Amino acid sequence: MVTTEIPMDTRSKSSVTSNPKSVQSSGPKAGGAVGQTLIDIDHVDFFYGENQALFDINMKIEEKKVTALIGPSGCGKSTLLRCLNRMNDLIDGTQIKQGTITVRGIDINSPEVDPIELRKRVGMVFQKSNPFPKSIYENITYGLRLQGVNNKSRLDEVVEKSLRGAALWDEVKDRLDTSGLGLSGGQQQRLCIARAIAVEPEVILMDEPCSALDPVSTSKVEELIHELKSQFTIIIVTHNMQQAARVSDRTAFFYMGKLIEYDDTQTIFMKPNHDQTEAYVSGRFG
Amino acid sequence: MDETTNIFRKRKSVSMRGEQLVFWAFRASTYIVLLCGAAVFLTIFFKGAGTVFKTEAPFINTTFFTEAPETLYVFEYQGEEMEMGDKAFRAFKEMHPDAAKVRTSTFAYSAGGIWPAIAGTLLLVVGSMTIALVLGVSAAVYLSEYAKDGAFIRFVRLAILNLAGVPSIVFGLFGFGMFVSFFGWNVSLLAGWFTLAFMVLPVVITASEESLQAVPQGFREGSLALGATQWQTIRKNVMPYALPGILTSSILGIARVAGETAPIMFTAAYVVRDKLPWEDLMNATDFFFQGVMALPYHIYVVSSKIPQNEYTERVQYGTAFVFLLLVASIAATSIVLRNHLRNRYKW
Repeated sequence: MVTTEIPMDTRSKSSVTSNPKSVQSSGPKAGGAVGQTLIDIDHVDFFYGENQALFDINMKIEEKKVTALIGPSGCGKSTLLRCLNRMNDLIDGTQIKQGTITVRGIDINSPEVDPIELRKRVGMVFQKSNPFPKSIYENITYGLRLQGVNNKSRLDEVVEKSLRGAALWDEVKDRLDTSGLGLSGGQQQRLCIARAIAVEPEVILMDEPCSALDPVSTSKVEELIHELKSQFTIIIVTHNMQQAARVSDRTAFFYMGKLIEYDDTQTIFMKPNHDQTEAYVSGRFG
Repeated sequence: MDETTNIFRKRKSVSMRGEQLVFWAFRASTYIVLLCGAAVFLTIFFKGAGTVFKTEAPFINTTFFTEAPETLYVFEYQGEEMEMGDKAFRAFKEMHPDAAKVRTSTFAYSAGGIWPAIAGTLLLVVGSMTIALVLGVSAAVYLSEYAKDGAFIRFVRLAILNLAGVPSIVFGLFGFGMFVSFFGWNVSLLAGWFTLAFMVLPVVITASEESLQAVPQGFREGSLALGATQWQTIRKNVMPYALPGILTSSILGIARVAGETAPIMFTAAYVVRDKLPWEDLMNATDFFFQGVMALPYHIYVVSSKIPQNEYTERVQYGTAFVFLLLVASIAATSIVLRNHLRNRYKW
């Protein structure tokens, strides 16, 4: 658990949705952890310097589900994703001017929150696979070693578990000490996923994880996402609408920094409420 | 093929002649540069080789590498032309009392060797590069990884660039004013180290910053996303990959530090000093507060401060030869180290 104890954000949650197009997500489903709200994005306005990139985003992300963020380039979906583990902190001049993002009821932008602790629990897989130029073994154990874990048998255990979890174990078990960069593109991306799950986060953010992969590797990663869903909450940004339809439970459609529609994936693709959504998912623009 | 049917045939034209001309102009320039370089190296090699090497075993003039400079005595004794250094001449006079009266010509620093200068230069290089790398790499890490871009940082970068353009004699004067006089370090190794370090700092900072920038952003993001702090990220996932580039820049720095005469002539260099830096020290700290001989300054002294003749020429070119050898071997070591590191981390 996150150690910093912060009271639930008390900011009154206005029931008035200023943006009529943004659709409030359905409330948490009853019973079990699955489907409960894990991340609550509440009226968020995000700025790069003077440029507003996100307009009044309202979204509840459910636990142990796959949520896809879709939309044309520059619509703000990656920006939103990077807000969730505060990766935007790395970019000068970025700011959430309005609204809050809470993870398990804790406001992650509160000054008492350490972004390092947040990122241990909200992992990330990047668009461009970025295995470190170290051995496969060292790639997986990187996060644990940072936390001071140096016990060989524990590390071995985690390496096997993570690689099995990322469906990569059988392909690389005999060459754990070779460079992670010697793997194929798809294997590299799965290595990055294995590296992310090795630190046992609750959430995995995926920023177009398959955009640089061939169809076979893509389908492997998609299968993997299906399997990971039982343990992790996954939020995936994708340009590929078929992919969103295949892997996600919930889909959010963004356009020009606004959340146009957020609903069950089936609804978004079969009978969307908004014309823009329909136009986009049917390929008429974007 | 008939000339009229070949539409692609070569035709004489202005642009084609221009092409030829430009090609030869570039080619000639390259050859001229090569020729000048070869002339410099070959002169030093052939003139210096006579001093450094010997025709009989062990084929290397060990005296030149292991002794301090001495005055050379040239005289005629019993109809024989003789040359010997200071110490040898005194021993000779004791054995042959009648030799005390012979007429001798003396040539300063033309006998003995240059070992104190070699040792001094090595000490200057090691010390100043250590200071320059620690300060320079730290500054580069700050500029590249931590500092937010703004007016102040742009000003700092500009200042560093300007520092690179400052002539070395100005650094010498600065070192004299700052370290020798104001800090009261006198002419000392320490004053020389800091003066030389400040001189190469711009090179080290600029090149280190470039090497750090060349590390893909994905490595930083990947590390941070796994819950690393910024310093952990830099230490484990940025620095190791930037190190080969930083070493490359320090190779350039080494050549400059070893070669510059102006910065050390007021701050660290002695014309001659028989004692080696680690000999006869009262306190350990005295080591840092003593002047040393240095190869470039020695070349300067023997080439301009004493009357020139065939005897001094030997030591001039001999020293220059050793100097080139030394710089080349330091650079070679750095290159080997760099390549070793580069092969370890590839992306």
